[in-house]
Amino acid sequence: MSDLAEIISRNQDQIRADWIRTMGKSVQRPDLISKTELDEQCETLLQAIVAGAKGGDSANIRNAGWSQAREFLEGISASRARQGFSPIEVATFVLSLKQPLFAAIRQDLARGQDKLFEAIWTATELLDGLALVTTEAYIATREELILRQQQELLELSTPVVKLWDGVLALPIIGTLDSARTQVVMENLLQTVVSTNSRFAIIDITGVPTVDTLVAQHLLKTITAARLMGAECIVSGVRPQIAQTIVHLGINLEDVMTRANLADAFALALQMSGRTVVRKASLAAESKGILAGPMNKQES
Amino acid sequence: MERIPVLRMGSLLLITIQVDMHDKLALQLQDDVTTRIAEWGSKGVLIDISSLEIVDSFIGRMLANIAAMSRVLGAETVVVGMQPAVAITLVELGMSLPGVRTALSVEAGMELLYGAGAGFRTGSEDDRPEA
Repeated sequence: MSDLAEIISRNQDQIRADWIRTMGKSVQRPDLISKTELDEQCETLLQAIVAGAKGGDSANIRNAGWSQAREFLEGISASRARQGFSPIEVATFVLSLKQPLFAAIRQDLARGQDKLFEAIWTATELLDGLALVTTEAYIATREELILRQQQELLELSTPVVKLWDGVLALPIIGTLDSARTQVVMENLLQTVVSTNSRFAIIDITGVPTVDTLVAQHLLKTITAARLMGAECIVSGVRPQIAQTIVHLGINLEDVMTRANLADAFALALQMSGRTVVRKASLAAESKGILAGPMNKQES
Repeated sequence: MERIPVLRMGSLLLITIQVDMHDKLALQLQDDVTTRIAEWGSKGVLIDISSLEIVDSFIGRMLANIAAMSRVLGAETVVVGMQPAVAITLVELGMSLPGVRTALSVEAGMELLYGAGAGFRTGSEDDRPEA
């Protein structure tokens, strides 16, 4: 086992120079990573491999002896995933070490065929294992990224807007599942408290389907708002959805519902004792404009 | 023994719950509220729970009970200032407090009670000179 460590440490500079050459332009990506940085990474990895091989079992890179190499590889794979390297490029970083390493092994063990084969097999297994580590780390980083974006999307997609003093609107776009209901409910209730609003209009125009589960989530939100002292009006109920609700036997009798947001807003204004009136002077003005030429004609 | 104060505001009772409720305290409060309504002839009860951070089904039931008892004695109950987390917890517990009216703040609650009917107006308001 320590044969490998010995060979690498003896020929380290040669291997590294060859390695960087083998990597070629496609993997080096001079636009994303500088040459000196790449050189440093190669050196650190080689040293970590030497340390791991010295520790003994080179076949099993899950061993504690390889933790340094594994952690280093995971680190650079994660940073490359964020920088925008492709998975092939990240894995080839390790795999391209094969050729120079094999060359060094051949040079050293040219005499004994069996020993040569064994050393090459060990090195292959080792490098494949390390390449898999990079791929795993790459995917994990991407997955984390996706998860975070999902979370952000969840928060972005449930804005609470203030329509009037004491009237909030909550346009829901997309399906309401339980995770989303939680976010929607928290957002709405927080805003109700901070703006001291008595009315909240939940607009479901953007909700593609309403089944019993979605209805239950809606009712939960409405009940929680009512407990705090705010009235909820559900708007944007499409004809198909109204039919579905009745066919499914969902009880929405205690809930105020309207066909569109404008009607719901008018209801909220009316319930808070406000009326919307067209300005009288405007009407008179337009009348005046109309009357103007007519008067002239008459005269 | 600690006690939750029941304050008289004209024809209303104001109760502010600021400590963690336990069974004895809750029963004492029910006792106090009913006695005061009968004694002072109150027409409305305002329960302010804005400083209550934690609720359980027991407190939920207590609120519903007080509301029901007051209604029997001829007084409306309004629970005011419930925190969002508390509201979510109650809904998750399946307690929607059907017989209880709610308002965002004590002010809104008073408006609700006074707006509910002329019966709430006290004599002093009638004595006001007409504008």
